[in-house]
Amino acid sequence: MPLVLTEEQELLRETAREFVAERAPIAQLRQLRDERDPSGFSRELWSEMAQLGWAGIPFSEEYGGADLGYTELGIVLEETGRTLAASPLVSSVLLGGSTLLLGGNETQRKEWLTGVCGGETLLALAIQEGPHHSPWNVATRAETDGDGYRLNGAKTFVVDGHVADRLIVAARSAGEQSERDGLTLFCVDASAPGVGLARASMVDGRNAARLTLDGVRAERSEVLGEIGQGAELLDAVLDRGAAGLAAEMLGSLDTAFQKTLAYLKQREQFGVPIGSFQALKHRAARMFVQLELSRSVVLDALQALDGDHPDASAKASLAKAQLSDAAPSIANECVQMHGGIGVTDEEDIGLYLKRARVTQFALGDAAFHRDRYAGMHGY
Amino acid sequence: MSDLESFRAEVRDWLEKNCPPEMRTPYDGQTQSYWGGRKRHEQDPIARGWCERMAERGWTAPTWPREYGGGGLSRAEARVLEQEMARIHARPPLASIGLMMLGPMLLETGTEEQKREHVPPIVKGEIKWCQGYSEPGAGSDLASLQTRAEDRGDHFIVNGQKIWTSGADTADMIFCLVRTDPEAPKHDGISFLLIDMDQPGVTTSPIRLISGSSPFCQTFFSDARAEKRDLIGTLNGGWTVAKRLLQFERQGIGNMGNRNPGANAPPPLPELAKRYCGTRDGRIADPLIRDRVARLEMQQQAIQKTMARSGDEAKAGQNVSAATSSSFKLIGTECNQAKFDLMTSILGAQSLGWEGDGFEAYELETTRQWLRSFANTIEGGTSEVQLNIIAKRVLGLPD
Repeated sequence: MPLVLTEEQELLRETAREFVAERAPIAQLRQLRDERDPSGFSRELWSEMAQLGWAGIPFSEEYGGADLGYTELGIVLEETGRTLAASPLVSSVLLGGSTLLLGGNETQRKEWLTGVCGGETLLALAIQEGPHHSPWNVATRAETDGDGYRLNGAKTFVVDGHVADRLIVAARSAGEQSERDGLTLFCVDASAPGVGLARASMVDGRNAARLTLDGVRAERSEVLGEIGQGAELLDAVLDRGAAGLAAEMLGSLDTAFQKTLAYLKQREQFGVPIGSFQALKHRAARMFVQLELSRSVVLDALQALDGDHPDASAKASLAKAQLSDAAPSIANECVQMHGGIGVTDEEDIGLYLKRARVTQFALGDAAFHRDRYAGMHGY
Repeated sequence: MSDLESFRAEVRDWLEKNCPPEMRTPYDGQTQSYWGGRKRHEQDPIARGWCERMAERGWTAPTWPREYGGGGLSRAEARVLEQEMARIHARPPLASIGLMMLGPMLLETGTEEQKREHVPPIVKGEIKWCQGYSEPGAGSDLASLQTRAEDRGDHFIVNGQKIWTSGADTADMIFCLVRTDPEAPKHDGISFLLIDMDQPGVTTSPIRLISGSSPFCQTFFSDARAEKRDLIGTLNGGWTVAKRLLQFERQGIGNMGNRNPGANAPPPLPELAKRYCGTRDGRIADPLIRDRVARLEMQQQAIQKTMARSGDEAKAGQNVSAATSSSFKLIGTECNQAKFDLMTSILGAQSLGWEGDGFEAYELETTRQWLRSFANTIEGGTSEVQLNIIAKRVLGLPD
């Protein structure tokens, strides 16, 4: 498949870019943060996004989706990344919805995925337990309780967990803490007895909850996929998550770079634009090249996922590693090149730096994905 | 059967009959690539025969127009030819600066007479070309070159000195940047000339590199003669021609990492690392080396995908920046350097040998290639020059 967008995809990009610029400018994130908005995103914006069909992009029309692919979802994520638009697109659609798509049975999809596509149901993925993304490192236990299960444990960095209707929880139904086998995914009601959710305000103005599970009852009908085989399902979900998040990062970093480029041309010192200094030109050129590489691997990964390419997992890890490396190198440079104004809260570039850092670590940093890539290639 | 499939069958059959078995083996480090040229009869007759047979069909320059001796193949057909050659491990029939740089430029810019005179001998490997750009005082600041060409009616008289002229000691002709108007601003007084090296006014002397090899020469012009008809482009308009040709050169150098491995090629990086650093649970035992290997393999993938995307964008009629070749030259050469640097780290003390016993052939070769790779980020415009070009042409940063 050629590494270019189709006409329809170009059109989607244009629509998304215009919508985001008009309805979700960066001032909106600033306002949500400053007002300590209880949701952390605009419910009104989210319902507009859902009306555009964005909440159901990769899902079948049967559930109210648009029946498109991850390439299209990635295009929209890239555009929302440009203005750092806060929305549950990553938590509820990319991660939660994908888990239902890949692991849910017909009843579960009908019941929950339909709500996701409509934007009414919000999902959050609760897998991480320590400071680092390490999907098999799960101490949370699922013990059989009659014909269902009881969940006990704690999760951290549950993106948008404080507003989720349902939580997709990775718990250990067998095996030792870091084993791949023995994991099971549950889709539990966030208001079930024993669920404790504490909103954590993150550095980027967004939200990720800490979750405690204290004897939470999960029915057999709330199990996603096979008992004890959650790792396979999670692998496929996290491939989509990595590629989609990399697309969002591409949009943010590209915009931060364009803003910085404009600043280099406008800001004068010693009587000339600072962009005429070779010390800055060369660094700007290197950022450009990094973004070019990033654009290629992101599109390649998204297309591979849509085409069920046998190397899709490796390509997703390549994309996330590339962007997780590019994130600090570009965002940090952008702040430095803005000089004094760059470290003020008033200037937007700091918001890009903060979001870059969160997305850099989310779903695995560059070292995690290089390790995964090497493992997949037999070394 | 589709046209392409019947073409494939035809190519396969033809190669089977025409590619000698000796040309289906990897280079062993001793044999040189076949360069052709007027002294081609002194080179390996089997390699020469292989080149001549391929050239008869124009397949040394598969996509060039037939009227100038090329193969006239579509890109898809050329890819089929490439695949079929790779399938039987056929050696490239002709290594040539004429094929890589001068020919593509002449086909774009040359007059009809110039194309008829110079392109077919490139395709047939009858003339070996070298490049006369840099001078001792004009490296990155190429436009400050001083080699003079004076107008003598029907010809020019050339005086001066060129450096880094690859293969000049065995070349027949040189394409050369010369100053034809010393009064004009430096970019506006340069012309692009073709000069026959078979004359007393042209002499060469090889330069030994840190790798031990001598791929480059110095070339001296002392009242050398160049014909008027061999002026490419307009008088004093050589800089435009020079820049276009540089784009072809950058693509060539940026692609170096993808060249056919020879018999002395080491195993792939992960294998090499396992062999020299040991394994633990099937992985490379040294976690830092393992991370570097993955980083490099991923970087290579990212570059390949970006090249593919650039090609796809061009095919889709999108605007491809003239600075694209600068980006690829920059990252391609840096990646190649990083690869050899990593390989020496993996080989450890086995990468420190220079010659003789105690070292595998590929270990010695890796050391030489590591040293040779330092030139990659200098030749064809340094990395710093490429960064200048990107900053100016793509990013529009002010001077």
